[in-house]
Amino acid sequence: MSFLEVTAQLANGFLTTLLIFGVTLVCALPLGLLINFGSMSKIPPIKWIMRTFIWIIRGTPLMLQIIIVFYGPGLLFGWSALPRLMAVLIAFVINYACYFSEIYRGGIESIPKGQYEAGQVLGMTKSQIFFKIVLFQVIKRIVPPMGNEIITLVKDTSLARVIMVVELVQAAQQIVAQKALLWPMFYIGAFYLLFSGLLTVVLNRVEKKLNYYSG
Amino acid sequence: MAFLEVKGIHKNFGKTEVLKGIDFTMEQGEVLAIIGSSGSGKTTLLRCLNFLERADKGVFMLNGKEFFNAEKNYKDSEIREKHKHLGLVFQQFNLFPQYTVLKNVSLAVELTVNKKLPKDEKKKLFAQINENSKAILESVGLGDKINAYPCNLSGGQQQRVAIARALALSPDILCFDEPTSALDPELTGEVLRVIRELKNSMRTMIVVTHEMNFARGVADKVIFMAEGIIEEAGDPEQVFGNPKSERTKAFLEKSLENI
Repeated sequence: MSFLEVTAQLANGFLTTLLIFGVTLVCALPLGLLINFGSMSKIPPIKWIMRTFIWIIRGTPLMLQIIIVFYGPGLLFGWSALPRLMAVLIAFVINYACYFSEIYRGGIESIPKGQYEAGQVLGMTKSQIFFKIVLFQVIKRIVPPMGNEIITLVKDTSLARVIMVVELVQAAQQIVAQKALLWPMFYIGAFYLLFSGLLTVVLNRVEKKLNYYSG
Repeated sequence: MAFLEVKGIHKNFGKTEVLKGIDFTMEQGEVLAIIGSSGSGKTTLLRCLNFLERADKGVFMLNGKEFFNAEKNYKDSEIREKHKHLGLVFQQFNLFPQYTVLKNVSLAVELTVNKKLPKDEKKKLFAQINENSKAILESVGLGDKINAYPCNLSGGQQQRVAIARALALSPDILCFDEPTSALDPELTGEVLRVIRELKNSMRTMIVVTHEMNFARGVADKVIFMAEGIIEEAGDPEQVFGNPKSERTKAFLEKSLENI
Protein backbone atom coordinates (compact mmCIF):
# COMPACT_ATOMS: atom_id res chain seq x y z
CA MET A 1 0.00 0.00 0.00
CA SER A 2 1.53 3.27 -1.09
CA PHE A 3 1.84 6.39 1.03
CA LEU A 4 -0.80 8.12 -1.09
CA GLU A 5 -3.26 5.26 -0.75
CA VAL A 6 -2.80 5.20 3.00
CA THR A 7 -3.22 8.96 3.17
CA ALA A 8 -6.43 8.80 1.14
CA GLN A 9 -7.88 6.12 3.40
CA LEU A 10 -6.90 7.97 6.54
CA ALA A 11 -8.28 11.22 5.14
CA ASN A 12 -11.59 9.46 4.85
CA GLY A 13 -11.49 8.60 8.54
CA PHE A 14 -10.35 12.10 9.34
CA LEU A 15 -13.50 13.48 7.71
CA THR A 16 -15.55 11.54 10.26
CA THR A 17 -13.31 12.90 13.00
CA LEU A 18 -13.96 16.41 11.74
CA LEU A 19 -17.69 15.74 11.55
CA ILE A 20 -17.82 14.57 15.17
CA PHE A 21 -15.72 17.55 16.20
CA GLY A 22 -17.82 20.09 14.29
CA VAL A 23 -21.26 18.81 15.25
CA THR A 24 -20.25 18.49 18.91
CA LEU A 25 -18.93 22.03 19.02
CA VAL A 26 -21.88 23.62 17.22
CA CYS A 27 -24.51 21.80 19.32
CA ALA A 28 -22.77 21.62 22.70
CA LEU A 29 -21.90 25.33 22.97
CA PRO A 30 -25.55 26.53 23.08
CA LEU A 31 -26.78 23.40 24.89
CA GLY A 32 -24.10 24.00 27.52
CA LEU A 33 -25.46 27.50 28.11
CA LEU A 34 -28.93 26.05 28.57
CA ILE A 35 -27.68 23.41 31.02
CA ASN A 36 -25.81 26.16 32.82
CA PHE A 37 -29.01 28.18 33.23
CA GLY A 38 -30.55 25.04 34.74
CA SER A 39 -27.67 24.45 37.14
CA MET A 40 -27.72 28.13 38.22
CA SER A 41 -31.51 28.20 38.47
CA LYS A 42 -33.12 29.75 41.52
CA ILE A 43 -35.72 26.97 41.51
CA PRO A 44 -34.17 24.23 43.67
CA PRO A 45 -35.55 21.11 41.90
CA ILE A 46 -34.31 22.29 38.49
CA LYS A 47 -30.97 23.23 39.96
CA TRP A 48 -30.48 19.88 41.70
CA ILE A 49 -31.65 17.79 38.75
CA MET A 50 -29.24 19.65 36.48
CA ARG A 51 -26.36 19.40 38.94
CA THR A 52 -26.95 15.67 39.40
CA PHE A 53 -27.04 15.23 35.65
CA ILE A 54 -23.74 17.11 35.27
CA TRP A 55 -22.25 14.98 38.03
CA ILE A 56 -23.25 11.76 36.27
CA ILE A 57 -21.97 12.88 32.87
CA ARG A 58 -18.70 14.26 34.18
CA GLY A 59 -18.29 11.38 36.60
CA THR A 60 -18.40 8.57 34.03
CA PRO A 61 -16.15 7.88 31.02
CA LEU A 62 -17.29 9.25 27.68
CA MET A 63 -16.52 5.82 26.23
CA LEU A 64 -19.10 4.26 28.53
CA GLN A 65 -21.64 6.94 27.60
CA ILE A 66 -21.19 6.16 23.90
CA ILE A 67 -21.82 2.48 24.60
CA ILE A 68 -24.91 3.26 26.67
CA VAL A 69 -26.42 5.56 24.05
CA PHE A 70 -25.82 2.94 21.36
CA TYR A 71 -26.84 -0.26 23.18
CA GLY A 72 -28.98 1.11 26.03
CA PRO A 73 -32.28 1.80 24.24
CA GLY A 74 -32.23 -1.67 22.65
CA LEU A 75 -31.42 -3.51 25.88
CA LEU A 76 -33.83 -1.53 28.04
CA PHE A 77 -36.79 -0.96 25.74
CA GLY A 78 -36.19 -3.29 22.83
CA TRP A 79 -35.89 -0.36 20.45
CA SER A 80 -33.87 -0.70 17.30
CA ALA A 81 -30.40 0.77 17.69
CA LEU A 82 -29.56 4.27 16.46
CA PRO A 83 -27.17 4.61 13.55
CA ARG A 84 -23.67 4.32 15.03
CA LEU A 85 -22.55 7.81 14.09
CA MET A 86 -25.77 9.29 15.48
CA ALA A 87 -25.20 7.53 18.83
CA VAL A 88 -21.66 8.92 18.94
CA LEU A 89 -22.85 12.43 18.18
CA ILE A 90 -25.54 12.33 20.88
CA ALA A 91 -23.09 11.10 23.52
CA PHE A 92 -20.48 13.68 22.54
CA VAL A 93 -22.90 16.61 22.48
CA ILE A 94 -24.32 15.77 25.92
CA ASN A 95 -20.91 15.11 27.43
CA TYR A 96 -19.33 18.28 26.11
CA ALA A 97 -22.38 20.42 26.87
CA CYS A 98 -21.95 19.46 30.55
CA TYR A 99 -18.28 20.42 30.57
CA PHE A 100 -19.05 23.66 28.74
CA SER A 101 -21.86 24.46 31.17
CA GLU A 102 -19.40 24.39 34.06
CA ILE A 103 -17.07 26.71 32.16
CA TYR A 104 -19.97 29.09 31.55
CA ARG A 105 -20.84 28.94 35.23
CA GLY A 106 -17.30 29.88 36.24
CA GLY A 107 -17.38 32.75 33.75
CA ILE A 108 -20.75 34.06 34.84
CA GLU A 109 -19.88 33.85 38.53
CA SER A 110 -16.71 35.85 37.92
CA ILE A 111 -18.59 38.90 36.63
CA PRO A 112 -18.77 41.51 39.42
CA LYS A 113 -22.19 42.16 40.97
CA GLY A 114 -21.77 45.84 40.12
CA GLN A 115 -22.28 45.10 36.43
CA TYR A 116 -25.74 43.69 37.14
CA GLU A 117 -26.58 46.55 39.49
CA ALA A 118 -25.47 49.15 36.95
CA GLY A 119 -27.86 47.57 34.44
CA GLN A 120 -30.62 47.41 37.02
CA VAL A 121 -30.47 51.07 38.01
CA LEU A 122 -30.54 51.94 34.30
CA GLY A 123 -33.89 50.17 34.10
CA MET A 124 -32.72 47.21 31.99
CA THR A 125 -34.56 43.90 31.99
CA LYS A 126 -32.84 40.76 33.25
CA SER A 127 -32.36 39.46 29.73
CA GLN A 128 -31.01 42.80 28.52
CA ILE A 129 -28.51 42.77 31.37
CA PHE A 130 -27.44 39.24 30.48
CA PHE A 131 -27.25 39.58 26.71
CA LYS A 132 -26.12 43.22 26.40
CA ILE A 133 -23.74 43.47 29.34
CA VAL A 134 -22.74 40.19 30.94
CA LEU A 135 -22.50 37.66 28.10
CA PHE A 136 -19.75 39.36 26.17
CA GLN A 137 -17.62 39.73 29.28
CA VAL A 138 -18.23 36.06 30.05
CA ILE A 139 -17.13 35.06 26.55
CA LYS A 140 -13.91 37.00 26.92
CA ARG A 141 -13.17 35.29 30.21
CA ILE A 142 -13.97 31.76 29.10
CA VAL A 143 -12.08 31.65 25.82
CA PRO A 144 -8.92 30.20 27.40
CA PRO A 145 -10.64 27.34 29.31
CA MET A 146 -12.97 26.70 26.35
CA GLY A 147 -9.92 26.47 24.09
CA ASN A 148 -8.49 23.82 26.36
CA GLU A 149 -11.68 21.81 26.19
CA ILE A 150 -11.90 22.21 22.41
CA ILE A 151 -8.38 20.86 21.94
CA THR A 152 -9.31 17.91 24.16
CA LEU A 153 -12.35 17.30 21.98
CA VAL A 154 -10.13 16.86 18.92
CA LYS A 155 -8.49 13.86 20.55
CA ASP A 156 -11.60 12.53 22.30
CA THR A 157 -13.19 11.92 18.89
CA SER A 158 -11.08 8.76 18.76
CA LEU A 159 -13.40 7.23 21.38
CA ALA A 160 -16.03 6.82 18.64
CA ARG A 161 -14.27 3.64 17.51
CA VAL A 162 -15.60 1.84 20.58
CA ILE A 163 -18.80 1.26 18.57
CA MET A 164 -16.93 0.79 15.31
CA VAL A 165 -17.34 4.27 13.85
CA VAL A 166 -14.47 4.64 11.42
CA GLU A 167 -12.81 7.84 12.53
CA LEU A 168 -9.11 8.49 12.19
CA VAL A 169 -7.72 5.98 14.69
CA GLN A 170 -10.12 3.28 13.55
CA ALA A 171 -9.15 3.95 9.92
CA ALA A 172 -5.51 3.42 10.84
CA GLN A 173 -6.39 0.37 12.89
CA GLN A 174 -8.06 -1.20 9.85
CA ILE A 175 -4.94 -0.71 7.77
CA VAL A 176 -2.85 -2.23 10.54
CA ALA A 177 -5.12 -5.26 10.68
CA GLN A 178 -5.62 -5.76 6.94
CA LYS A 179 -2.21 -4.87 5.52
CA ALA A 180 0.02 -5.64 8.49
CA LEU A 181 1.46 -2.12 8.30
CA LEU A 182 2.20 -0.34 11.58
CA TRP A 183 3.42 3.06 10.37
CA PRO A 184 -0.04 4.47 9.46
CA MET A 185 -0.80 4.33 13.18
CA PHE A 186 2.08 6.72 13.84
CA TYR A 187 1.26 8.78 10.82
CA ILE A 188 -2.17 9.79 12.15
CA GLY A 189 -0.41 11.68 14.94
CA ALA A 190 0.48 14.26 12.29
CA PHE A 191 -3.21 14.73 11.44
CA TYR A 192 -4.07 15.46 15.05
CA LEU A 193 -1.09 17.74 15.53
CA LEU A 194 -1.85 19.74 12.42
CA PHE A 195 -5.48 20.14 13.31
CA SER A 196 -4.90 21.11 16.92
CA GLY A 197 -2.12 23.45 15.78
CA LEU A 198 -4.57 25.18 13.49
CA LEU A 199 -7.12 25.46 16.29
CA THR A 200 -4.50 26.91 18.63
CA VAL A 201 -3.75 29.63 16.09
CA VAL A 202 -7.45 30.43 15.67
CA LEU A 203 -8.07 30.47 19.43
CA ASN A 204 -5.11 32.78 19.98
CA ARG A 205 -6.50 35.14 17.37
CA VAL A 206 -9.90 35.17 19.07
CA GLU A 207 -8.25 35.85 22.41
CA LYS A 208 -6.26 38.71 20.92
CA LYS A 209 -9.33 40.15 19.29
CA LEU A 210 -11.21 40.18 22.58
CA ASN A 211 -8.27 41.88 24.25
CA TYR A 212 -9.21 45.30 22.90
CA TYR A 213 -10.25 46.12 26.44
CA SER A 214 -8.99 44.92 29.78
CA GLY A 215 -11.07 43.97 32.79
CA MET B 1 -45.41 69.49 49.67
CA ALA B 2 -41.91 68.15 49.38
CA PHE B 3 -40.51 66.73 46.12
CA LEU B 4 -39.24 63.61 47.81
CA GLU B 5 -40.66 62.42 51.06
CA VAL B 6 -39.17 59.39 52.77
CA LYS B 7 -41.17 57.96 55.64
CA GLY B 8 -40.27 55.28 58.15
CA ILE B 9 -37.75 53.26 56.17
CA HIS B 10 -36.65 50.07 57.90
CA LYS B 11 -34.26 47.50 56.53
CA ASN B 12 -32.96 44.30 58.10
CA PHE B 13 -30.30 41.97 56.82
CA GLY B 14 -31.12 38.76 58.63
CA LYS B 15 -31.21 39.76 62.29
CA THR B 16 -29.18 42.91 61.83
CA GLU B 17 -31.28 46.03 61.76
CA VAL B 18 -29.47 48.36 59.38
CA LEU B 19 -32.08 51.09 58.98
CA LYS B 20 -34.28 51.79 61.99
CA GLY B 21 -36.83 54.23 60.67
CA ILE B 22 -35.52 56.91 58.34
CA ASP B 23 -37.60 60.01 57.61
CA PHE B 24 -36.60 63.01 55.56
CA THR B 25 -37.85 65.30 52.85
CA MET B 26 -36.19 67.27 50.10
CA GLU B 27 -37.22 69.83 47.52
CA GLN B 28 -36.66 69.89 43.80
CA GLY B 29 -33.26 71.29 42.86
CA GLU B 30 -31.84 70.64 46.31
CA VAL B 31 -28.66 68.78 47.09
CA LEU B 32 -28.82 66.50 50.09
CA ALA B 33 -25.57 65.23 51.57
CA ILE B 34 -25.62 62.13 53.75
CA ILE B 35 -22.63 61.75 56.03
CA GLY B 36 -21.74 59.30 58.78
CA SER B 37 -19.21 56.61 59.60
CA SER B 38 -19.02 53.28 57.79
CA GLY B 39 -21.76 50.93 58.85
CA SER B 40 -24.16 53.70 59.75
CA GLY B 41 -26.56 52.68 56.97
CA LYS B 42 -25.95 55.51 54.46
CA THR B 43 -25.26 53.25 51.54
CA THR B 44 -28.11 50.90 52.43
CA LEU B 45 -30.47 53.88 52.50
CA LEU B 46 -29.31 54.91 49.04
CA ARG B 47 -29.67 51.34 47.77
CA CYS B 48 -33.21 51.16 49.14
CA LEU B 49 -34.09 54.41 47.38
CA ASN B 50 -32.73 52.92 44.15
CA PHE B 51 -34.46 49.54 44.60
CA LEU B 52 -31.20 47.60 44.76
CA GLU B 53 -32.44 46.58 48.18
CA ARG B 54 -36.06 46.39 49.12
CA ALA B 55 -37.00 48.32 52.23
CA ASP B 56 -38.88 46.15 54.75
CA LYS B 57 -41.06 49.01 55.94
CA GLY B 58 -41.72 52.54 54.82
CA VAL B 59 -43.00 54.72 52.01
CA PHE B 60 -41.43 57.06 49.44
CA MET B 61 -43.48 59.86 47.96
CA LEU B 62 -42.18 61.46 44.79
CA ASN B 63 -43.75 64.68 43.58
CA GLY B 64 -46.74 64.14 45.83
CA LYS B 65 -47.48 60.62 44.59
CA GLU B 66 -46.78 57.37 46.36
CA PHE B 67 -43.69 56.04 44.61
CA PHE B 68 -42.94 53.04 46.78
CA ASN B 69 -44.73 51.40 49.63
CA ALA B 70 -43.05 48.44 51.34
CA GLU B 71 -46.42 46.84 51.97
CA LYS B 72 -47.21 46.58 48.28
CA ASN B 73 -45.90 44.06 45.82
CA TYR B 74 -44.48 45.39 42.60
CA LYS B 75 -43.91 43.55 39.34
CA ASP B 76 -40.40 43.56 37.88
CA SER B 77 -41.63 45.82 35.10
CA GLU B 78 -42.99 48.34 37.63
CA ILE B 79 -39.69 48.40 39.50
CA ARG B 80 -37.86 48.90 36.19
CA GLU B 81 -40.08 51.86 35.44
CA LYS B 82 -39.27 53.30 38.89
CA HIS B 83 -35.55 52.86 38.27
CA LYS B 84 -35.80 55.38 35.47
CA HIS B 85 -36.88 58.12 37.88
CA LEU B 86 -33.69 57.69 39.89
CA GLY B 87 -30.08 57.61 38.81
CA LEU B 88 -27.26 56.08 40.80
CA VAL B 89 -23.54 56.67 40.48
CA PHE B 90 -21.54 53.92 42.17
CA GLN B 91 -18.40 54.13 44.21
CA GLN B 92 -16.69 51.68 41.83
CA PHE B 93 -18.09 53.30 38.64
CA ASN B 94 -19.31 49.94 37.26
CA LEU B 95 -18.89 51.02 33.66
CA PHE B 96 -19.40 48.40 30.96
CA PRO B 97 -15.82 47.58 29.96
CA GLN B 98 -16.58 46.20 26.50
CA TYR B 99 -18.29 49.35 25.26
CA THR B 100 -16.90 52.73 24.27
CA VAL B 101 -17.55 55.71 26.48
CA LEU B 102 -20.32 56.85 24.12
CA LYS B 103 -21.99 53.46 24.08
CA ASN B 104 -21.84 53.29 27.87
CA VAL B 105 -23.92 56.45 27.97
CA SER B 106 -26.30 55.66 25.12
CA LEU B 107 -26.93 51.93 25.69
CA ALA B 108 -29.68 52.14 28.30
CA VAL B 109 -31.52 54.84 26.35
CA GLU B 110 -31.26 52.83 23.14
CA LEU B 111 -32.81 49.86 24.90
CA THR B 112 -35.90 51.91 25.67
CA VAL B 113 -36.56 52.38 21.95
CA ASN B 114 -39.54 50.35 20.76
CA LYS B 115 -38.25 47.59 18.48
CA LYS B 116 -41.42 47.58 16.44
CA LEU B 117 -40.99 51.12 15.12
CA PRO B 118 -40.39 51.50 11.39
CA LYS B 119 -36.73 51.38 10.41
CA ASP B 120 -36.22 55.01 9.44
CA GLU B 121 -37.92 56.23 12.58
CA LYS B 122 -35.67 54.04 14.68
CA LYS B 123 -32.66 55.34 12.81
CA LYS B 124 -33.70 58.89 13.58
CA LEU B 125 -34.20 58.10 17.25
CA PHE B 126 -30.82 56.40 17.51
CA ALA B 127 -29.10 59.37 15.87
CA GLN B 128 -30.85 61.64 18.34
CA ILE B 129 -29.80 59.49 21.28
CA ASN B 130 -26.24 59.53 19.99
CA GLU B 131 -26.20 63.33 19.71
CA ASN B 132 -27.74 63.69 23.13
CA SER B 133 -25.18 61.31 24.68
CA LYS B 134 -22.36 63.24 23.07
CA ALA B 135 -23.74 66.50 24.45
CA ILE B 136 -23.91 65.03 27.96
CA LEU B 137 -20.32 63.76 27.69
CA GLU B 138 -19.32 67.19 26.43
CA SER B 139 -20.92 68.72 29.53
CA VAL B 140 -18.85 66.56 31.89
CA GLY B 141 -15.71 67.50 29.96
CA LEU B 142 -15.23 64.24 28.06
CA GLY B 143 -16.16 65.32 24.55
CA ASP B 144 -12.78 64.14 23.27
CA LYS B 145 -13.04 60.68 24.86
CA ILE B 146 -16.25 59.37 23.33
CA ASN B 147 -14.51 56.59 21.42
CA ALA B 148 -12.19 55.52 24.24
CA TYR B 149 -12.80 52.41 26.33
CA PRO B 150 -13.22 52.71 30.11
CA CYS B 151 -9.96 50.82 30.76
CA ASN B 152 -8.04 53.61 29.03
CA LEU B 153 -9.43 56.34 31.28
CA SER B 154 -8.33 57.58 34.68
CA GLY B 155 -10.58 56.91 37.66
CA GLY B 156 -11.85 60.46 37.64
CA GLN B 157 -12.72 60.26 33.96
CA GLN B 158 -14.44 56.91 34.48
CA GLN B 159 -16.55 58.37 37.25
CA ARG B 160 -17.51 61.28 35.01
CA VAL B 161 -18.62 58.78 32.35
CA ALA B 162 -20.69 57.06 35.03
CA ILE B 163 -22.32 60.39 35.87
CA ALA B 164 -23.04 61.01 32.18
CA ARG B 165 -24.50 57.51 31.90
CA ALA B 166 -26.87 58.17 34.80
CA LEU B 167 -27.84 61.57 33.36
CA ALA B 168 -28.71 60.09 29.97
CA LEU B 169 -32.01 58.78 31.28
CA SER B 170 -32.81 62.21 32.79
CA PRO B 171 -33.68 60.92 36.26
CA ASP B 172 -35.71 63.05 38.66
CA ILE B 173 -33.16 62.48 41.38
CA LEU B 174 -29.51 61.62 40.87
CA CYS B 175 -27.87 59.68 43.69
CA PHE B 176 -24.16 59.27 44.37
CA ASP B 177 -22.74 56.52 46.56
CA GLU B 178 -19.39 57.85 47.79
CA PRO B 179 -18.46 58.96 44.28
CA THR B 180 -14.89 59.88 45.14
CA SER B 181 -13.95 57.15 47.63
CA ALA B 182 -12.34 54.91 45.01
CA LEU B 183 -10.33 57.74 43.49
CA ASP B 184 -6.79 58.95 44.03
CA PRO B 185 -6.92 62.20 46.01
CA GLU B 186 -5.77 64.31 43.06
CA LEU B 187 -8.67 63.01 40.94
CA THR B 188 -11.52 63.79 43.33
CA GLY B 189 -11.59 67.47 42.32
CA GLU B 190 -12.75 66.89 38.74
CA VAL B 191 -15.65 64.69 39.90
CA LEU B 192 -16.74 67.08 42.63
CA ARG B 193 -16.58 69.94 40.12
CA VAL B 194 -19.04 68.09 37.86
CA ILE B 195 -21.42 67.55 40.77
CA ARG B 196 -21.15 71.25 41.63
CA GLU B 197 -22.01 72.18 38.05
CA LEU B 198 -25.02 69.88 38.18
CA LYS B 199 -26.20 71.71 41.26
CA ASN B 200 -25.99 74.97 39.34
CA SER B 201 -28.28 73.52 36.69
CA MET B 202 -30.81 72.71 39.43
CA ARG B 203 -30.38 68.92 39.52
CA THR B 204 -31.94 67.25 42.51
CA MET B 205 -29.21 65.13 44.06
CA ILE B 206 -28.51 62.91 47.04
CA VAL B 207 -24.82 62.46 47.75
CA VAL B 208 -23.44 59.97 50.26
CA THR B 209 -19.97 61.29 50.91
CA HIS B 210 -16.93 61.39 53.13
CA GLU B 211 -15.83 64.73 51.67
CA MET B 212 -16.85 67.02 54.52
CA ASN B 213 -15.74 70.22 52.84
CA PHE B 214 -17.69 69.30 49.76
CA ALA B 215 -20.81 68.48 51.78
CA ARG B 216 -20.52 71.75 53.63
CA GLY B 217 -19.90 73.80 50.51
CA VAL B 218 -22.39 72.26 48.11
CA ALA B 219 -25.26 70.69 50.03
CA ASP B 220 -28.46 72.54 50.85
CA LYS B 221 -29.20 70.02 53.53
CA VAL B 222 -27.05 67.56 55.48
CA ILE B 223 -28.08 64.37 57.19
CA PHE B 224 -25.76 62.74 59.69
CA MET B 225 -26.51 59.05 60.15
CA ALA B 226 -25.39 56.82 62.99
CA GLU B 227 -26.35 53.21 63.64
CA GLY B 228 -29.31 53.20 61.31
CA ILE B 229 -31.01 56.40 62.39
CA ILE B 230 -30.75 60.04 61.41
CA GLU B 231 -28.87 61.50 64.33
CA GLU B 232 -28.92 65.05 63.07
CA ALA B 233 -30.27 66.89 60.04
CA GLY B 234 -30.28 70.48 58.95
CA ASP B 235 -28.59 73.01 56.72
CA PRO B 236 -24.81 72.60 56.46
CA GLU B 237 -23.94 75.61 58.57
CA GLN B 238 -26.01 74.25 61.41
CA VAL B 239 -24.79 70.62 61.21
CA PHE B 240 -21.15 71.48 60.65
CA GLY B 241 -20.95 74.78 62.51
CA ASN B 242 -23.19 74.14 65.45
CA PRO B 243 -23.99 70.43 65.85
CA LYS B 244 -26.45 69.66 68.61
CA SER B 245 -25.78 65.97 69.05
CA GLU B 246 -22.69 64.75 70.89
CA ARG B 247 -22.30 61.98 68.34
CA THR B 248 -22.28 64.43 65.45
CA LYS B 249 -19.68 66.52 67.24
CA ALA B 250 -17.47 63.50 67.85
CA PHE B 251 -17.81 62.33 64.24
CA LEU B 252 -17.01 65.75 62.80
CA GLU B 253 -14.03 66.21 65.08
CA LYS B 254 -12.65 62.86 63.99
CA SER B 255 -13.28 63.52 60.28
CA LEU B 256 -11.65 66.90 60.43
CA GLU B 257 -8.71 65.52 62.36
CA ASN B 258 -7.94 63.28 59.41
CA ILE B 259 -7.68 66.22 57.02
